[in-house]
Amino acid sequence: MADDFLLRVSGLVAGYAAPVAGPLSFALHRGEILGLAGPNGAGKSTLLKALWGGVKVFEGQIEKVPDLQISHQAQGFDDLRGVPLTGRELLGLTGASADGLPSWLAERLDRRLDRLSGGQLQFLRLWACLTAPADLILLDEPTNNLDRAGVAYLIDWLGHAHSGQGIVIVSHDHGLIDEVCTRVVEVGA
Amino acid sequence: MSFDLLFDPLFRVPFFTGLLLAGLLPLLGMYLRLRNEWLAALAFAQMASAGALLAMVFDWPMVAGGVLAALLAALLKGLAARAGANAYALMMLLAWAGGVLLVANHPLAEQAGHALFDGQLYFTGEGHLAAAALVCIVVLPLLAWLSRPLLLGRFFPAFYRARGRDERPRLMLFDLLAGLAVALATVSLGVMAAFALVFVPPLIAYRFGSSWRAGLVWSALIGMAGYTCAFVASLGFDQPFGPVCALLMVMLFVISSVKYNRM
Repeated sequence: MADDFLLRVSGLVAGYAAPVAGPLSFALHRGEILGLAGPNGAGKSTLLKALWGGVKVFEGQIEKVPDLQISHQAQGFDDLRGVPLTGRELLGLTGASADGLPSWLAERLDRRLDRLSGGQLQFLRLWACLTAPADLILLDEPTNNLDRAGVAYLIDWLGHAHSGQGIVIVSHDHGLIDEVCTRVVEVGA
Repeated sequence: MSFDLLFDPLFRVPFFTGLLLAGLLPLLGMYLRLRNEWLAALAFAQMASAGALLAMVFDWPMVAGGVLAALLAALLKGLAARAGANAYALMMLLAWAGGVLLVANHPLAEQAGHALFDGQLYFTGEGHLAAAALVCIVVLPLLAWLSRPLLLGRFFPAFYRARGRDERPRLMLFDLLAGLAVALATVSLGVMAAFALVFVPPLIAYRFGSSWRAGLVWSALIGMAGYTCAFVASLGFDQPFGPVCALLMVMLFVISSVKYNRM
């Protein structure tokens, strides 16, 4: 297992103008789902962004396998009202597949995004990241704005084997972390 | 009021020049609107008009001057991306001031200035038509290629960076294409007609398009239909093309809003 790591992080300290999070160390292998847990303000989202270069790294190292493809689902959502894009077109952008979508969303794929409910839209956006071609999936508070059916479907999907990929999840939802993560790393305040 | 001129061969070249641009500009406008950068089109148009006037003063081709100035504006926009709408406003002020001063102080520029600001489409010649056809041939396939990165930039801003790829060259290419097309439209149709064709058809298409692809089709059709009506009306009523085009575009938006609100 030691040889097939996707990502090895050691002493990572990250931030914006100044360091705000870390240090963090872990190794992630294919098939693993790693949870980053910690109190609010600990900088979990910042550390997640640092894994793909979205924020400044002040200390430490991030080793990646060559040509690592990363898919990152960020928190928050731009206001999409008024943009004439369908769900199917959204999935096509990231190269995600519509196969395996829950039926309550699959039947609405040809509707404009601004004709979907907030929960449906969030799930679709999440799905576009989950099933995009990638070796490493980074999920930042994936259950935010999801309705109950969406959370249940996500947990079920994550519970299936994804042997070729590694997943890192940041979430305040302890139920999600406990249920799907194969390992949890605490991030200090 | 006379519509006989519509069938005069003299007006065929201007008509088809404008028709090509009226199909292309709304497509660019769809992506400018997507990026909340529609104001950039007005900055490009103002810069193009100032560049064309400056070129005329130095006895250079106006089209070349307009295109160079708009490309410079597109480059500045790309380099000053963080400035956003502030950069467009500054460019507009600079171009407007420069253009008006040229018109006020140079007799040749005065006549050309009126043509640019009023939108006297009927002065366009075969050179404009050839340039418009060439721009369509260059811009349309590149725009199709840029569509996915532009949409990803709006919906998944980190998509390329997370994969270790830099999306900025593609975004810069889009700016240059938009600058090129708007500049040619400005020297052919006038400043505000060019802006109206970039701004209004996408505004309507965003409401009525059932998908992105349908929105693109809608915007091009609205642009070409609106332009054709404006051409006929301005010729028939012997009015300058620019304001007639702008008025018709606004009317189209108002009519579509009434229909939209009833849906």
